Amino acid sequence: MATLKDVKTKIGAVKKTKQITKAMNMVAASKLRGAQTSMTGFRPYAGKFAEVLGSLAERGGSGPTPLLTVREKISKINIVLCTSDRGLCGGFNSNLILKAESLVKEKTGSDIKISFTNFGKKGRDWSRKNNFEIVNEYLGVVGGRFGFNISVNAGQKLIDGFLKGEYDEVYVIYSEFKSTAKQIPVIKQILPIPPIEASEKTEDAKKQYLPEHICEPTPAELLDDMLPKNVYVQIYSALLETSTSEHAARMAAMNNATKACNDMIDSLTLAYNKARQASITSDLMDIVGGAEALKG
Amino acid sequence: MAGNIKIEVVTPEKSVVSEEAQIVMAPGSLGEFGVLIGHTPFFTTLKIGIIRYKDIKGEERLVFVNGGFAEALPDRVTVLAESAERRRDIDLERAKAALKRAQERLAKESAEKDIDFIRAKAALDRALYRVKLAETRHR
Repeated sequence: MATLKDVKTKIGAVKKTKQITKAMNMVAASKLRGAQTSMTGFRPYAGKFAEVLGSLAERGGSGPTPLLTVREKISKINIVLCTSDRGLCGGFNSNLILKAESLVKEKTGSDIKISFTNFGKKGRDWSRKNNFEIVNEYLGVVGGRFGFNISVNAGQKLIDGFLKGEYDEVYVIYSEFKSTAKQIPVIKQILPIPPIEASEKTEDAKKQYLPEHICEPTPAELLDDMLPKNVYVQIYSALLETSTSEHAARMAAMNNATKACNDMIDSLTLAYNKARQASITSDLMDIVGGAEALKG
Repeated sequence: MAGNIKIEVVTPEKSVVSEEAQIVMAPGSLGEFGVLIGHTPFFTTLKIGIIRYKDIKGEERLVFVNGGFAEALPDRVTVLAESAERRRDIDLERAKAALKRAQERLAKESAEKDIDFIRAKAALDRALYRVKLAETRHR
């Protein structure tokens, strides 16, 4: 049986752990707030962008733009995998990696070469361990503060690679932030750009939109200009979502850890009290026994 | 005065400008254009340059804009740009450093007319406009 002192040390250790998990929980909570602010900051831009792009696509018709053309033979794929740099966030990274594995499994077999663009250390380590080619890696982005230029930079490289024929398809895997309690790993195709649906709107709003606008240059040229930007927007939103999800996941994981610590402290305290009581009882027995012996 | 229009400049990171203006001038890719209230619906790409507008007090305001798109409607102008800064928010030191970098890069690239050249040129434009705009601050 554990001695009194052992139990006491153990309780102390668990309490220290609890302090750490609690602090991490609070840090994650404040970072989550920051990430959510960036997300709300991005929404007006994204909304307007999608609206304009949708109506331009409808009007200009999707011509033979290379970014929209689906290639007949797909032999090279690039996967943009967004994960976090750090662990201690529950199943967050493993869920994303599982998703990547399932995509890889789905695509391999028919002579397809898969390469990766990694955001985040965890995904990078995984790709490296499995001997995938890593075209580009960006560490210290997800979970921190980053600007739109990061996604422009990454997007340009992907588009260049796509146009040069280094890849025939590009997918992005990221974690969609549904709520603080729910984050879902998602696969999205970004190149060739999937057919753009006009944004869902009431007939009324649609009528007064772009069709009567004067466009400079022509709608088709505008569309050409906007398509690469659409890739950047997609990547940026994927990064924002992943960052927000990471903090939310870490917050939940740390909350659970703190709760587990509390449970452990409770049960250990119980054990400690029992042990103390037992030693008091045995001490008393000794004293009583000794007194009896003296009486003779 | 016929009235004011609303000008909004949004970037992916935040909304840079959102206020009422008397007139807005923006650098369209096919030429600079001005917008007053009641403008016909109009959509255009923008060059790297400077948006000027007069606020309700008639004071001129300047905003650096890194390309993007502008939409004019009868009652408002919306600008979508990858980045944009009000004159007072420009980081002059950083812009100057970027200008130097861009010049060096351009000196190296000038031989070939490829994508790197175009990007270096854009970087140069951005830095030039930022520096130019920031330097008018204290006059």
